[in-house]
Amino acid sequence: MTHARPETGTGSAALRRLVVVGHGMVGHRLVEALDSRDADRQWQITVLAEEPRPAYDRVALSSCFDGADESALRLPEHDPGRVGLRLGDPACALDRAGRTVLTASGDRVPYDALVLATGSRPFVPPLPGATAPGCLVYRTLDDIAAIRAAADKSTTGRGVVVGGGLLGLEAANALRLLGLTTHVVEMAPHLMAVQLDEGGGALLGRMVGELGVTVHTGTGTQQVLTDPETGAASGVELTDGTFLETDLVVFAAGVRPRDELARDAGLEVGERGGVVVDETCRSVTDPRVWAVGEVACIEGRTLGLVAPGYAMAETVADRLLGGEAGFPGADTATQLKLLGVGVASFGDAHATTPGALEVVLNDPVAATYGKLVVSDDARTLLGGILVGDTSGYPLLRPLVGSALPADPATLLAPESAGGAGAGGGVAGLPDSAQICSCHAVTKGALTEAVTEQGCADVPALKSCTKAGTGCGSCVPALKHILEAAGVEQSKALCEHFDHSRAELFEIVAATGITTFSQLVAEHGRGRGCDVCKPAVAAILASRDSATHILDGERGSLQDTNDRHLANMQRNGTYSVVPRVPGGEITPARLIVLGEVARDFGLYTKITGGQRIDLLGARLEQLPAIWRRLTDAGFESGHAYGKAVRTVKSCVGSTWCRYGVQDSVGLAIELELRYRGLRAPHKLKAGVSGCARECAEARSKDFGIIATEQGWNLYVGGNGGFTPRHAELLACDLDHDTLVRTIDRFLMFYVRTADRLQRTAAWLEALEGGLDHLRAVVMDDSLGICAELDAAMERHVADYRDEWRGVLEDPAKLARFTSFVNAPDTPDPAISFAVEREQPVPVPGPVSLGMPQLPAADGAGAR
Amino acid sequence: MKTPAPAGRKVTTMTATSTMNTTTTMTTSPTADWSAVCPLDALPVEQGRAALLPDGSAVALFRLHTGEVHAVGNLDPFSGAPVICHGIVGDRDGVPVVTGPLGKETFELATGRCLDAENVRLPVHDVRLTGPVIEVSTRRNTVETLVGGG
Ligand SMILES: Cc1cc2nc3c(=O)[nH]c(=O)nc-3n(C[C@H](O)[C@H](O)[C@H](O)COP(=O)(O)OP(=O)(O)OC[C@H]3O[C@@H](n4cnc5c(N)ncnc54)[C@H](O)[C@@H]3O)c2cc1C
Ligand code: FES
Repeated sequence: MTHARPETGTGSAALRRLVVVGHGMVGHRLVEALDSRDADRQWQITVLAEEPRPAYDRVALSSCFDGADESALRLPEHDPGRVGLRLGDPACALDRAGRTVLTASGDRVPYDALVLATGSRPFVPPLPGATAPGCLVYRTLDDIAAIRAAADKSTTGRGVVVGGGLLGLEAANALRLLGLTTHVVEMAPHLMAVQLDEGGGALLGRMVGELGVTVHTGTGTQQVLTDPETGAASGVELTDGTFLETDLVVFAAGVRPRDELARDAGLEVGERGGVVVDETCRSVTDPRVWAVGEVACIEGRTLGLVAPGYAMAETVADRLLGGEAGFPGADTATQLKLLGVGVASFGDAHATTPGALEVVLNDPVAATYGKLVVSDDARTLLGGILVGDTSGYPLLRPLVGSALPADPATLLAPESAGGAGAGGGVAGLPDSAQICSCHAVTKGALTEAVTEQGCADVPALKSCTKAGTGCGSCVPALKHILEAAGVEQSKALCEHFDHSRAELFEIVAATGITTFSQLVAEHGRGRGCDVCKPAVAAILASRDSATHILDGERGSLQDTNDRHLANMQRNGTYSVVPRVPGGEITPARLIVLGEVARDFGLYTKITGGQRIDLLGARLEQLPAIWRRLTDAGFESGHAYGKAVRTVKSCVGSTWCRYGVQDSVGLAIELELRYRGLRAPHKLKAGVSGCARECAEARSKDFGIIATEQGWNLYVGGNGGFTPRHAELLACDLDHDTLVRTIDRFLMFYVRTADRLQRTAAWLEALEGGLDHLRAVVMDDSLGICAELDAAMERHVADYRDEWRGVLEDPAKLARFTSFVNAPDTPDPAISFAVEREQPVPVPGPVSLGMPQLPAADGAGAR
Repeated sequence: MKTPAPAGRKVTTMTATSTMNTTTTMTTSPTADWSAVCPLDALPVEQGRAALLPDGSAVALFRLHTGEVHAVGNLDPFSGAPVICHGIVGDRDGVPVVTGPLGKETFELATGRCLDAENVRLPVHDVRLTGPVIEVSTRRNTVETLVGGG
């Protein structure tokens, strides 16, 4: 069967064909980088992937054992209209003369340029028994599944990991989490010999030992013994004679580049493997072939880390579009947490530079080890190792190659003693120092983002520069840069409160205060302002849906739109947006909307949220309009509020031939459940009945997409200024679990977000991110779920239509008059023009000085 | 001039310099005409209302928690829309202000001065209480009458 994509219909004559072999982390990055830069669509991209699933975050593979599910690891999807991704169809031969790739399915895919991104395979030493059942490796999601299955049926209850490097220790942690007694065998005298010296390795070994993992260093593996009956692994014999009974062995003894395609096709490969490329990642043998990631042999070696792979991907993307980029050189610095122990290693960690000096701070009591390698004159930092406390890493790593800002011992001292961890270091960094190695962002670029582009917090820096969006290890340094640039990270809401919105929420919850006056008198100062009054009004409303937002003093707190339950337009008129749950509306109701609009002379427009906006109502008309609407069964749509707006839906399984669930029914249910819920910002939602995603649910604060088994829940998306796709919080939920999870997500957001912080920014700033959110709302890690559930139950029970509340109360109706001394006189300052047969505000520039006043007698003149 | 304000309520003049006399407002102009607009009770604390003056212009009325009542022009100088009465009342550094609902520019209630843009101000009108009724001077104060009026 062939799946060749038609090459017609793209309309571009200059279209060239790029084939990428391997959809791992680096192949994925290459496609993303090319897609985002290739504005005129010069390249048509085909990706041949061996694995049955699209690229995922291999670096975070071990989080699968901490409760993350597979979907959480998935990397952003490529635009399917742009990239042909063939899963489970690996390349098996290259025909360089004919410029085609032969795939396992027998297809021949032609290319103009070919990128090899095939990564590495785990190295399994050729020992007796090493391929027996029960002997596994640790690189892919399938490997994870195999390890899990083997652990489940293990009868020895013991697992052995061969290899005490980074991967071995991750595997050891996995076995431990699966409930096995775990042993690690390492040939070198200490753990993580590549990254650590003896002192650091010894401390790590001790700390790992305290977690119950038995470490055997300085010894090799002799053989794997097998059960004579089943042929499966039954034990491991070490070279020192130790015998360990086990039916599960994981080999993590290094990797080898997957360069077999290249070898067979006659491309030059390195001495220890890897496709030999120049500094632009181009094969030295064939200019149409490139190699990136672990399969590339660059500067004479292969690199087993993701950051240099990303740098190669960026280089090739740039070159394919005619750019001049070159590989910036490998940064092999690493910082990780292994079995909960922080480990960092950077630069010339092993002091191989001639004359290099080492400064060591070893504190076995505090369980920290630090070493800095400096030049012979002790002026320049060359590298270092940190075990235990790695807080100094984000500041020390960028210093490599530059002058030391303080003496080395001081830099190694713990934060409290003014060490690098304290943040003093960032000021001493040169502008050229790379702060974020994942995205190659320098201190200079970050400082400029703060001073020139007005980035005032970490999320802003992230979206502006991409720094901090990779491994995240540089985030503390970003904070220091903001501080160094003098950006005050004050959380005070305004001059009247020193608290953040989240803190005020907690104060209100703890004290039971129900009025702004009392809150500002007891916890703030002055009379409030346009910042704190609406914020507090929303907090009070979030906690108490039974009290009308215009009751008593609350009426004076509301912002422009909430004040009259309608959105104020540029000419001082208002819009009317009744709720149309899920976008489903009967013809009779649709006619009522038309009649009301006609009778009151309103401009009408369909909104993006699947409802109808009636614009141009004068303040004094609002009650009469809403009386007609409520009589017809309409309710407030809260288009004016920082509140739940709409739950958009596609037609779903009731009508659609593709739908797998009733998306309309769910959307209506959710919209009715959450209507009127006040929040720090507006909330939008969507429900799609199948993966085609017609409701655009992933651009919403919470989006639900039907699956065959249930519902996938995505959170933290938005359109608007900085569009962002929602991220997958949970998969295949049944109805009740779905609703409960959304309840908690919303209430947790309402409780902890900043003023005017949408869910996307909130999630970005949330410490621990999506994982933390998942832990809080699904595993109740903070023990607050009962409170969140109760708060939502209260909201649902207490909800009342706000417009009905106004129509029933003469005191509130009095607000809806044009003039206190001429209640029905239309304001003469409001007028309309006509455009495309509808009334619109009189166009004209918005004046920035004093308006022309009738009968002016010098007012405002100065 | 007429009935003193009820005990506990203070109705100030709009003079920047004189605050001693809490009931009479004739400090600015002997020729001002007064327009009765509404009972004090029709004006909830810190919730503005618009009132129409005989010349067809409108003022935004605000009653503070102290009992003071202020009248400023209702037209928002930035948008040209008649919306100042719908602004949020509060204070900046203790000075009573209203923040316009469209562009969020803030104006001092006593002087009309915009705190966010130089040389922009709202016209201000004297206010007095006659019995339970709020009366607004039809005459707009200028900077000169405000400062030198006492
Ligand atoms: C458990 C674990 C933890 C790690 N932790 C870290 C860390 O903390 N920091 C760090 O920097 N790095 C870490 N790494 C290493 C990092 O994951 C790799 O450096 C990175 O994934 C390399 O990306 P790549 O695209 O070159 O290779 P890969 O991600 O391996 O992708 C290669 C892909 O190509 C496919 N492929 C191979 N041959 C073919 C073919 N003929 N046709 C089609 N497809 C093919 C493979 O199936 C694979 O999907 C870790 C790795 C593992 C396994
Ligand atoms: S260093 Fe990894 S995100 Fe910045």
